[in-house]
Amino acid sequence: MRAILKTKAAIVGALMASTTVAAAGDVEVLHWWTSGGEAAALNVLKQDLEGQGIGWTDMPVAGGGGEQAMTVLRARVTAGNAPTAVQGLGFDILDWGNQGALADLNEVAAKEGWDDVVPDALKAFAKVDGKWVSAPVNVHSTNWVWANKAVLDANGIGVPTNWEEFTAALDTLKAAGITPIAHGGQAWQEATVFDAIAMSVLGPDGYKAAFIDLDEETLGSDAMKEAFDRMAVIRANVDDNFSGRDWNLATAMVINGEAGFQMMGDWAKGEFLNAGKVPGEDFLCFRFPGTTEQVTFNADQFMMFDQGGAVSTEQAALASAILSPSFQSAFNVVKGSVPARTDVSDADFDACGKQGMKDLAAAAASGNLFGSMAHGHAAPASVKNAIYDVVTAHFNGEYDSQTAVEELVDAVSIAK
Amino acid sequence: MAHSADADFKTRLQAWIPKLVLSPSVAMMLVFVYGFILFSVYLSFTDSRLLPSYGWVGFENYSKLWRLSHWEISLKNMGIFAALYISICTAIGLGLAIFLDQKIRGEGLLRPIYLYPMALSFIVTGTAWKWFLDPGIGLENVMHTWGWESFRFNWIKDRDFAIYTVVIAAVWQTSGFVMAMFLAGLRGIDNEILKAAQMDGASNWNLYRRIIIPQLRPAFLSAFVILSHLAIKTFDLVIALTGGGPGRATELPATFMYSYTFSRNQMGIGAASATIMLMTIAAIMIPYLYSELREKR
Amino acid sequence: MSVASQDTAIRTGRVTRKLIYLVLVLFALFYMLPLYVMLVNSVKPLSEITGGGMMNLPQAFTLEPWAKAWSSAQIGVEPTGLAPYFWNSIKMVVPAVAVSTVLGALNGYVLTKWRFRYDTILFGLMLFACFIPFQIVLIPMARMLGLMGLAGTTWGLALVHVVYGIGFTTLYFRNYYAVFPTELIRAAQIDGAGFFQIFWRILLPSSGPIAVVSVIWQFTNIWNDFLFGASFAGADSQPMTVALNNLVQASHGVKEYNVHFAGAILAAMPTLLVYIVAGRYFVRGLMAGSVKG
Repeated sequence: MRAILKTKAAIVGALMASTTVAAAGDVEVLHWWTSGGEAAALNVLKQDLEGQGIGWTDMPVAGGGGEQAMTVLRARVTAGNAPTAVQGLGFDILDWGNQGALADLNEVAAKEGWDDVVPDALKAFAKVDGKWVSAPVNVHSTNWVWANKAVLDANGIGVPTNWEEFTAALDTLKAAGITPIAHGGQAWQEATVFDAIAMSVLGPDGYKAAFIDLDEETLGSDAMKEAFDRMAVIRANVDDNFSGRDWNLATAMVINGEAGFQMMGDWAKGEFLNAGKVPGEDFLCFRFPGTTEQVTFNADQFMMFDQGGAVSTEQAALASAILSPSFQSAFNVVKGSVPARTDVSDADFDACGKQGMKDLAAAAASGNLFGSMAHGHAAPASVKNAIYDVVTAHFNGEYDSQTAVEELVDAVSIAK
Repeated sequence: MAHSADADFKTRLQAWIPKLVLSPSVAMMLVFVYGFILFSVYLSFTDSRLLPSYGWVGFENYSKLWRLSHWEISLKNMGIFAALYISICTAIGLGLAIFLDQKIRGEGLLRPIYLYPMALSFIVTGTAWKWFLDPGIGLENVMHTWGWESFRFNWIKDRDFAIYTVVIAAVWQTSGFVMAMFLAGLRGIDNEILKAAQMDGASNWNLYRRIIIPQLRPAFLSAFVILSHLAIKTFDLVIALTGGGPGRATELPATFMYSYTFSRNQMGIGAASATIMLMTIAAIMIPYLYSELREKR
Repeated sequence: MSVASQDTAIRTGRVTRKLIYLVLVLFALFYMLPLYVMLVNSVKPLSEITGGGMMNLPQAFTLEPWAKAWSSAQIGVEPTGLAPYFWNSIKMVVPAVAVSTVLGALNGYVLTKWRFRYDTILFGLMLFACFIPFQIVLIPMARMLGLMGLAGTTWGLALVHVVYGIGFTTLYFRNYYAVFPTELIRAAQIDGAGFFQIFWRILLPSSGPIAVVSVIWQFTNIWNDFLFGASFAGADSQPMTVALNNLVQASHGVKEYNVHFAGAILAAMPTLLVYIVAGRYFVRGLMAGSVKG
């Protein structure tokens, strides 16, 4: 049995060796989309490139939402054989760009008119020193709330428009024996919730001052304390088993009717769709009360690494394919996010997707489009993680609100 | 004594061959271990963030390190974890070895059962235990379905108790190996001494306490070395089991160093924490090594 | 069954023996429990798992998770399963184990039978080198591999494992050879035998047990390593641990626990096999001198 397996493995191995050695006509892509819809959608990109005669060498490294992949990337860059394209988010891209490790995509960008169709706030993360260095795949938005419509209807709850209505809804659900908020106890999830709450309390200007400009006064203000107080309310409305739960298991709680709401980015939509739920009929999507005008975003991008001088045709082809309207539509319909270019038709998107695209365009136009603090698009990784530490410690009861505010100021100053 | 030129050359060559044979390993060790350690120590004094950079900043990284409550938590967890892990593994290992040594039937079956956890990677161990310890789907749930409704075992989700779950999983993985070491040591003890003591009327308890266990000193020390080395390197298990959580309750220095170097883009602080780790290891290991190796002469 | 060695002279009463058996069996259950959970749940369909009942035997037995884990689970963009990565791991592990064991044997031989000044200090240095946490060496090692042109290759990865395994193999062999009678060596020297002849003819033939210990230890550690495998392997030489990690730690989509467990056991098969087959030599090898310090 083992002999047969070994021979089969040997044949497959030989085949793989002969076809996947990264030759000049190949792109090597490092990413962490190793399952589900994303992997399938990425496969579409792969086949698109293969149709153009460009091979795709896959280098998947899962774990930690990209943490392991970033470690591997460092090793590869230090060893001098960086991959062609690497999945990246926010400040990581800028950090690598500032190191001079990324390629200059201006030629492709000019040819295809990227500057005109990509929102400014997103461009800030795709360009370094005026040069395009990465190709944005999507725009996720993080200040969404997802709700089970049947549960809400059964308890006479409408879509809350402000904090008071929201807390009233939570109380109603609690009394009815339903977990008000489905939550997974991981640092980034707590930060995502805090992100939306902070935006609702501080407002767009306060949010910018605190998390983008890292202004100490705003970080230590009473408004921030109020944000932490509201976090404590959220904490009181999650079930006992929340610690360590993965985000998609929390979404499952809403899908099953065990819980009423989940505060999560729009990648949660994919879970609802996979379960055969229809937006507007089975589940609702709305902005967190107090943040209806704002969109806090994070965007997956593929940063293109300098392969020794000029941008190769393969790299350019990959970048071009990523930003093509057809790929943008196909991928984002699956992923739950909205396209990174504003000129893509919303015909294939469901109701929540259409809403997201509308909100994005509106927010970009009115100056309400902000990078999400919780997802590395407001401040660099060191600061983001420092904020994570404080928020998660507060959520888990280690600090009270006042201490949390003081710790926040301290942590950010150390991490800057 | 007179030697012919031939024998002279041959003897001199023979004197050099051992050193030649040893030299690749020594060279590799000097470069890839001690060279890298020095590099890491140097980095701790620089402004490295994403990648190594060489701007000197003195002790700034160290002062930042000690201001981080995260670091203190890691150290405290390390103390708890290492103390429990080493002592429990040794106790279980010794106990099982003593029992197995009693002419047990089925030793051939039991020994691989005790040893096999060591064969598993930490990803596998962490996944299995994470499941088992989860109150929703693991042991607590099983107890509930079996009728014991009030059974509670949610340590893995509890900030104060989560570190003990890491201890459980780690002990499960390595205590069998420690048992093998002690078993080997027990089997090497000279029976004549035991028989003589028995003739003098010593009880089993005394036999063990006075003769056997003291003779196991080398095994104790070897077990201590292997266990401390594993305790310090515990990284994969924590990542797979709890991810450092809940919150930061199961962070260890190894996971701290990893996250600060590779995902928080604060390589300087990561290197500083690594240097502290190495100094701690040195402080424990060097006295032991010195005493052990000195006796050889 | 038992090792061919002296049995203990301790005698135990009947009640004590019953207690001893009880404790041993309880511990055996403790060790077997996670494996049982994994096995039992790897042959259930996913619906049965999410329904609860972790310990129950499967109601609908299915080998589909195993087939999926081996050949069609999503590891990256393509649903390849773990199969291709197995071969990568073997290609890397076998040379690494072989080279590190041979070097360890030679080192042990030199350090015990061909004494020279400072050899104890050198041994101490090699021993201390065992303790270095791997995260520290990641970046500088990447640089070195790049400079040597070995980045992203199977040989590069094997080299890394050899470098960090030599400390242990030297330890095992050195302790083993330390109690080997030196008179035999001296006699052979007088007869005119050279360095390698003595090693080949005298030491090596009786090194079986300790070689087994060394091979088991190295095989286990290298096969199960994740960090070096992820960082230093190229896309076409990623070891099986990286693939398993991709399978188990995927952040999106439905978690197919049964496939995860099947994959985890598949990944552990070689090491488990090694432990079962060679396990009895393990204790024998440890016995023959290495734990005497």
